[in-house]
Parts: sequence; C-alpha cells; structure tokens
Amino acid sequence: MEENQDVQAHQVIEETRLKYDPKKNVITVCAGTGCRAYGSLKVKEALEAELQKQNIKAEVVATGCLGFCEKGPMTVIHPHKYFYQSVKVEDVPEIVSKTVAKGEVISRLFYRHPETQKTLFREEDLPFYKKQLRVVFGKNGMIDPTKIDDYLAIEGYQALAKVLSEMTPEQVINEVKKAGLRGRGGGGFHAAVKWEGVRKAHGDPKYVIANGDEGDPGAYMDRSLMEGNPHSVIEGMIIGAYAVGSSQGYIYVRNEYPLAVTHLTLAIEAARERGLLGKNILGTDFSFDIKINKGAGAFVCGESSALFASIEGRAGEPRAKYVHAVEKGLYDKPTVLNNVETWANVPLIINKGADWYASIGTEGSKGTKIFSLVGKINNTGLIEVPMGTTLYEIIYDMGGGIPKGRKFKAVQTGGPSGGCIPESLLDLPVDFDKLYEVGSMMGSGGMIVMDDTSCMVDVARYFTTFLEEESCGKCVPCREGVRRMKEILDDICAGKGQEGDVELLEKIATGVADGSLCALGGSAPNPVLSTIKYFRHEYEAHIKEHRCPAGVCKALITYSIDAEKCTGCGACIKVCPVQAITGEKKKAHVIDDKKCTRCGACIESCKFDSIIVK
Amino acid sequence: MTKAISVAAKTKQIVKKYGNSKSGMIAVLQDIQEAFNYLPKEALKTAAKAMNVPFSRVYEAATFYTAFSLKPRGKNIVKICMGTACHVRGAAALQDKFERTLGIKPGETTKDNKFSLETVNCVGACALGPVVVINTDYHGQVTMKKIDKIIDNINKEGAQ
Repeated sequence: MEENQDVQAHQVIEETRLKYDPKKNVITVCAGTGCRAYGSLKVKEALEAELQKQNIKAEVVATGCLGFCEKGPMTVIHPHKYFYQSVKVEDVPEIVSKTVAKGEVISRLFYRHPETQKTLFREEDLPFYKKQLRVVFGKNGMIDPTKIDDYLAIEGYQALAKVLSEMTPEQVINEVKKAGLRGRGGGGFHAAVKWEGVRKAHGDPKYVIANGDEGDPGAYMDRSLMEGNPHSVIEGMIIGAYAVGSSQGYIYVRNEYPLAVTHLTLAIEAARERGLLGKNILGTDFSFDIKINKGAGAFVCGESSALFASIEGRAGEPRAKYVHAVEKGLYDKPTVLNNVETWANVPLIINKGADWYASIGTEGSKGTKIFSLVGKINNTGLIEVPMGTTLYEIIYDMGGGIPKGRKFKAVQTGGPSGGCIPESLLDLPVDFDKLYEVGSMMGSGGMIVMDDTSCMVDVARYFTTFLEEESCGKCVPCREGVRRMKEILDDICAGKGQEGDVELLEKIATGVADGSLCALGGSAPNPVLSTIKYFRHEYEAHIKEHRCPAGVCKALITYSIDAEKCTGCGACIKVCPVQAITGEKKKAHVIDDKKCTRCGACIESCKFDSIIVK
Repeated sequence: MTKAISVAAKTKQIVKKYGNSKSGMIAVLQDIQEAFNYLPKEALKTAAKAMNVPFSRVYEAATFYTAFSLKPRGKNIVKICMGTACHVRGAAALQDKFERTLGIKPGETTKDNKFSLETVNCVGACALGPVVVINTDYHGQVTMKKIDKIIDNINKEGAQ
C-alpha cells in the first residue's frame, strides 16, 4: 500500500517535469503589479503578435514579479538569458527580429553599471541581483503563476510528495524545527513550536491559515509571492496541515491585492484537479482543502485574533491572549497561523533539507528574508538575502545608494511597529534579534529609505496618525494613548511644540507599550521612541528653533526663489494654485509668503532648481 | 419601489451564495458593495434577516472596515496610496492636489458623481511611489502635472 502511494505521488509530478526543456525559445515578461503598471502586459501582447507576424516560433510567458521594479517592464530572452529592462512596445519588433530570431543583442536595452558604464547582459551580472540569494523568490521568474504545470516543472509539489510518502507528521515538524524557521510576518516566532502545539492540542477540527494581510505600509513581498508563485504558498500549507493534522485551511488576503486573489483562486482549483488538494491527496488518506478570505481594509486584521474574528464574519477586534491560538484560535479550535513567506519557505526546507537551510543565515535567524527596498533609493524593488546581510550591503551594494546624490538619513523597518535606524548603524547585520536590539523590528520586511529631505518628526507623526486610525478602539491605552501622542506630534509639526513635549511623549509611549491588549498597541510607540532616540536634535529644532531641518513641516518652512538661478520662464506662475508668484518674463520671480500654501507645485514645475525651501 | 425589490433580491442571492451563514459576513458585504458600488441600507437590512443576525451586527462590520462605504460612490474611484514609501515621496502633496482639483476631501464624491476620493494605507506597489489607483489602473511616479492629465483623460472618456 505504501509503495503504491509513493509511486502515485511521484508519477503526476514526474510526467510534467519531463515536458520542461530549458533550451526552448522562451521570452519571459515580468507581470508583477509594478511591471503591469509600466505596461508589461502590452509588451507581452506585442511580442506575441510580432512573433506571429515574423513567423518565428517562441513562447511568451508572463511571469511573477522579478523584483527589480525600478527597471520594469523586464523581459528575459531565453535560452541566452538576455535581460532587457524598461522595455517598450516600440522595442518589440527589433527584439523579435534580432534577439529572438538571430541571437543578436540590442545594446540600449541592457542595464549599464552606474559607475563603470559597462553593459551587463544577464540578471546575475547586475549589482542589484549579485549579492542576493533568491531561493524562495527567484522561482517567480521561471513560471507563469497561472499554470500549475510550470510550477510542477521546477520541482513543485515534490516536497509534498516526499512528505506524504516518506515522512511522519512528527518528522516534518522536527525537520522544520531543525531548520530553525521563524515566522516572517513580524514576531519571528519559531514555526515548528506553533506546529507542535497544534499537533498536541485537543480539539477538532484544526485549522491552518496563511496570513496574507500584508498591512505594513512599504512592504509587498507577500503580494509578490501570492501573485507570482501561489503554489509555493499552497504547497507549504498542505505540508503544514499534514504535520499538525488539519483538514481545513484559509488564506486571508488583503482587500488591496485583487491579482493575488485571482492567482491563488486559479492555483487552488488547479491543485484540486490534480489531486493535490481536497480528499485523499495524492492517493493517500490525508485530506485537506483551502478557502480564500478577503480582508476589507483593516490593518489590525493582521493580528492573529483579529484575523480570526474577521474570518468568522465579525469586526476585526483582537482579544486578550490568555489562551494561545494553538489551543483556541479560529472558531476556538487549535490553529496554526503563519505568514505567506513563512509557508513558501516550507517546501524548500523539505526539498533541500534542514541542514542546508540552517547553514544560511545567522545563529538565531536561519534562511533568507525578502525585503522591499523602497523610498529614497536608486534601485527600488524586492530583494532576497541571507539573514545577517548588513544594511549597508542592502542599501548601497544592491540598492545603489540614494538618488540625486543626496545624503542617507535613516532606514525604517518593521512598518508601524518598527523604528528608524540611523546612518551610524548601517553596519548592522539584519536579523530578527539585531533589529529588535536597536529599537526596531523585522516586521514583514519593508525597508523604507529616507534621505535628508525626510523629516523624522513628520515620519513619527505619519506612523502615529496611521495607528490612531487603525487602532480598533477596544482597549484604552492604545485608543487614547496613541491619540495623545499624535496630538503632541501634530503640534510639534505645526510649530506649536513646547518644552517637555519629548519627555511627555516618552512617558505616554511607555504606558501604551505596557498597557495595550495586542501587538498593535504594544509596538505603536516604536516609531516615536526610535526617532527620539536617534534624531532628538530634529525634535529640538522643531520645538526650540521653530525650524524643520528637512524642509517638510509646512508651518515651519518658507518658500522663496533663488534670483540667480531663476530664468523668469513663468512655469511656476502658471502652476501656482493660489497666485502667490509674480514676476515679469525673463526676470527673477518672487513668492508672496502670505499667500503661499507650500503645496510644492512650483518645485515640481521648476526646471532650474531655483525654489528654496527653508 | 422596483429598485428596492431588486436590491433585496440581489442581496438574498448573495447571502445564499455563502450558505446564509453569518461567517460569510465580510464576503457578503464585499459582494453587495461590488454589486451596488456601496452598501445600501436596504441591502444591509435584508442581509441581516437572511443571515439571522441583528442589524447591529451587520452595521458593526460595515462600519469597522474602511473598504466599505455607506454612501453611494462616484463612477471613478481615486485611491491615493498613503504607504510609507509614497509618503516620503510626496503623497501628501498629491492628496492636496486632488482635493484642490476635484473640490472634495477623502471619503467624498463630486456633485456630478464622476469622482470619489479615497486614501489607502498601502497598495503594495511601493517601487512606483507615489502611487494612485484609479478604478483598477495603477499610476506610478505620479506628479501634479500627471494628475491634471489623468483627470482630463477621464473627463474626456467619460463625457456622456
């Protein structure tokens, strides 16, 4: 019986693998949300039409996100693996007639090294990709996420077959424990400990949930996994369900991610058709199925007990955790909740082994982590690096530094629960524990880079405003404390700060952190405390000198025109919504400070960089 | 009157799709909003009855989640991303610009029913920041100049 199961399990997968031919003429077009916004689907259509017109045989595949969103739409021509960036529909005829038909290169479409100006032909040559280790995320570029065969061809569902035919649930949990997999959603809790808890817990049914409510602003790696490689998440969940003894799973996806819902739905249907989900998976007596639940725009629903409430059809209010989710989670039944990226790591651990996995990373944080590198950075996009990579390597080697030669000020990690890390800590190796030590957090992996034009008091105000709106209002410390902090920060930014405000903020912050019911309130003070810790001088400049050094806080700045740089072109006069700018043609213009609302329209319109903000 | 009947009938259909069960609440509300572009009171009352829960339960969920609107919304929904990456790249200035140009604040709809303005915490397209999503189209690296163009285009297309 067991041998039979083994044969059946592997057969489905092997058959598809044989169809895969790496030498085939394939053109991949990145169809992540970023590249789509740049028009990648039109490029794909144009490629298909042009191939037909020129009567050339090649397959065009719309893949998941490749990560280098800055240079979208990205197109890779196989088998040469030529990496073309920022491709437009107009480039398509030449790509087909030269590169696809004859293997000739089109020099202007390649990425050039920003310093040496050397043309770089392939993905792996680019500084953005060179230091990455894309074991989880890298598969996005090899598959059409809407086709299960593509996933099967890159060893997809082999981990599941191995687990079902060769491993006991306990062995699976041990393997994940040995690998040292920690939750990628924020807290960094050991996945195997949760799994073990649910396996041992009494109660039936048991639930397995993927948390795809990626609420941290500035983080979108889970989106790119759900959209770009949905089967990897599903396979991880099925393995988890087998390990804990669950028959029903849920994927909770943010309302803002419609494409993720579409791709996950297609993936679940396809997996059911192949006997990988549903009753008697791969011919064994293990049954498991997955439902998708869409969120409705509430940040707090990323919190476990609020997420359960939302799936149950209620307002997403957290509850006190006297009893853990592993005992009483969804519908008060034992529940494993892991984040999307965590689940996507599971098949990898099974396929490559716990020892291999644990060899990557630092002592306390194993494996890789996907970060979204965004904000004031040259190479925006998603990167996957071994845990322990330094902030400097991420921001300068991969990220290419700060645009327009401006100065780095801080990097914000961990979303609204995290903090701002200053330049003096750039050599920090990034892992769960190190980030926590400096007053921030891993969170789900957002890294928002800020330069000298970002005001740190404004950033603290931004997060506190965010949290005040998203606080569910159930417990007093969070509902009232966060609001008071926001009011104080509003005042400081409006030039009404008073001596003692910073100390008061610190005092309230401690109360909010200690007294709140859930992690939202518990970590809400982090953005305030970390900016006070590292950028206290900016708070003082606002309060004592009535000055915003970064030139952001409207009440503390004035706009004027540099008479030497101004050519008198009149562009700013045209765009000013309040007619605050006057001046004759070809003579330096003047801004009337009383009328000026500091909207920034003149700055955007000025080609000569002549608007001074002070 | 006919409208009320069709709202009720459509709502019943939606609730039935989720097994008349209260655990389908969020999905039911999402489908109602998709059908009517907002949550009509009539629909919420019908849904409460069909799911056998008090009206207050439905109202609680409808007002807790920011994605739901109890007011009719415009033909074109402008969502300004307020994520951190967009914030540091000037999303607040874009919000001002939209408010000035459309003459409405977030949560409001223009008198001609053409535009509703909304803010979103993060749309997860951070590399394109600042981002504005109009209906289902993502616009990246948005500037004030681009906003004028985008609105002009919609006004031209939507001239009915």
